[in-house]
Amino acid sequence: MSKKVLVLGETREGALRNVSLEAVAAAKQISGGGEVVGVLLGDSVQSFASEMIQYGADRIVTVEHANLKQYTSDGYSQGFMAVYEQESPEAIVFGHTALGKDLSPKIASKLSSGLISDVTAIEGEDDDAVFIRPIYSGKAFEKVKSKEGLLFVTIRPNNISTLEKDESRTGDVSSVEADIKDLRTIIAEVVRKSTEGVDMSEAKVVVAGGRGVRSAEGFEPLQELANLLGGAIGASRGACDADYCDYSLQIGQTGKVITPDLYIGVGISGAIQHMAGMSNSKIIVAINKDPEAEIFKVADYGIVGDLFEVIPLMIEEVKKLKAKKVS
Amino acid sequence: MNIYVLVKRTFDTEERITIKNGEIADDGAEFIINPYDEYAIEEAITVRDEHGGEVTVLTIGNEDAEKQLRTALAMGADKAVLINTEDDLDEMDEFSAAKIIGEYLKDKDPDLILAGNVAIDGGSGQIGPRVAELLNINYVTTITKLEIDGTDVKIVRDVEGDSEMIETSLPLLVTAQQGLNEPRYPSLPGIMKAKRKPLEELELDDLDLDEDDVEAKTETIEIFLPAAKAAGRVLEGEIADQVKELVDLLKNEAKVI
Repeated sequence: MSKKVLVLGETREGALRNVSLEAVAAAKQISGGGEVVGVLLGDSVQSFASEMIQYGADRIVTVEHANLKQYTSDGYSQGFMAVYEQESPEAIVFGHTALGKDLSPKIASKLSSGLISDVTAIEGEDDDAVFIRPIYSGKAFEKVKSKEGLLFVTIRPNNISTLEKDESRTGDVSSVEADIKDLRTIIAEVVRKSTEGVDMSEAKVVVAGGRGVRSAEGFEPLQELANLLGGAIGASRGACDADYCDYSLQIGQTGKVITPDLYIGVGISGAIQHMAGMSNSKIIVAINKDPEAEIFKVADYGIVGDLFEVIPLMIEEVKKLKAKKVS
Repeated sequence: MNIYVLVKRTFDTEERITIKNGEIADDGAEFIINPYDEYAIEEAITVRDEHGGEVTVLTIGNEDAEKQLRTALAMGADKAVLINTEDDLDEMDEFSAAKIIGEYLKDKDPDLILAGNVAIDGGSGQIGPRVAELLNINYVTTITKLEIDGTDVKIVRDVEGDSEMIETSLPLLVTAQQGLNEPRYPSLPGIMKAKRKPLEELELDDLDLDEDDVEAKTETIEIFLPAAKAAGRVLEGEIADQVKELVDLLKNEAKVI
């Protein structure tokens, strides 16, 4: 039986997040030829509709309300439920982002449904769809399926490919009126710490520093390299414990689990807890003075050397490469 | 203040994972309190010491989980509850667990419920928000700071590296993020005292729940280990040449930059 699938489109700093387009691709596969309906919630979100459609959504339903300007679980659940009630879908897909993680269990609880979180791959389609997700922070994986009722999944950024963009695709964009009220959470202020706007969990490239970086200043060249590569910086627990950087940058079993295309570990020895957080990256580069460091065992490419010598050279090489691309 | 902490017994983070007969092998493994739940316990004790009241730690599991509950009591929690599902349920998912916890808490009138933002084994992070929704109370996830004044609550919440300054009120459920506090180690007197603190053990029957009421909505059909990574290449030669080679490999062989 083909399915109608709702996909929540998430925006960040005035742009649709890539994970939402990946969610559209996941929804398409789950739908088995059914319908993929994008859901956009916010104070002004119409402008994101066409992008979701060009990437595979069949049509879009929006809920616009002043109380949806900022995400709150109360506001967004009211908005989403208004669309859910109108559409009665058989499946729902969210991104496994801060917002998706916060909102999806509330909706699943409202609907007394299961919820398969943090999916990294989907096998089969429609009623036969099986979802692969990491457990023990990626030390193992499980295949999960829905037993009954609504199928609800969240997908991890960077793992499921988006569909090809088709600029000729069009679809209906409609809106649902909803009274968004009684918000129990007030967001008084947002302090932005992620300086470059690339979130580590969605970044294609992550440059991570460990104790070997030796100081907060030592992270600056790493940030420069990450910026050049359009990526984000991360850290080992050791570096966070030593106050070289904020805990929000920690990669590992406690901390973030990431799967970028390219992970560059700098001055990181490779404790098992850290490796759980990054070992499923597509390409792993290790830069460490100690040739015996555990991280070399999972690295695709390694340089045994002093990071304070290697990183500046690498910045120069990448700059040269970028200059070539432009010319 | 009536404070509850939801805790889970998990594998130690040092453990390597192996599979036996299609399941994660746990013989000989070390178990701990889920590290994020430790932050929740520490915060609960701090709040109680400041505002008075009682901290109850709650877990679902089998009798092995008593050890982790005793550790929480040794840290300073006042009471513990073990909901033992071993005889009743073979399979549970997040729907089942939240329903059981929600059923237990529904007539307990909690002012504050704390939990870890995620358990490092299952990794779904669903239980906190699900329980809050079942109890129809507000929740805030991944918090790094908690201040309570009467029923007013100020929270700092970590959102993908940014910080949200949040204002809300009790009753409330929060889930702990790293950075919230530094969990204490149980002291020797604490450990001695913990042995005499009340630990209540319940089964589904005691909650007026049937197996059908909490039947899982999802099922795990297979568990597997990631493919072992082949050993990579450690480059050789002058550092400057190695770096040139690395950038070339990343661009032309791996095609990731």
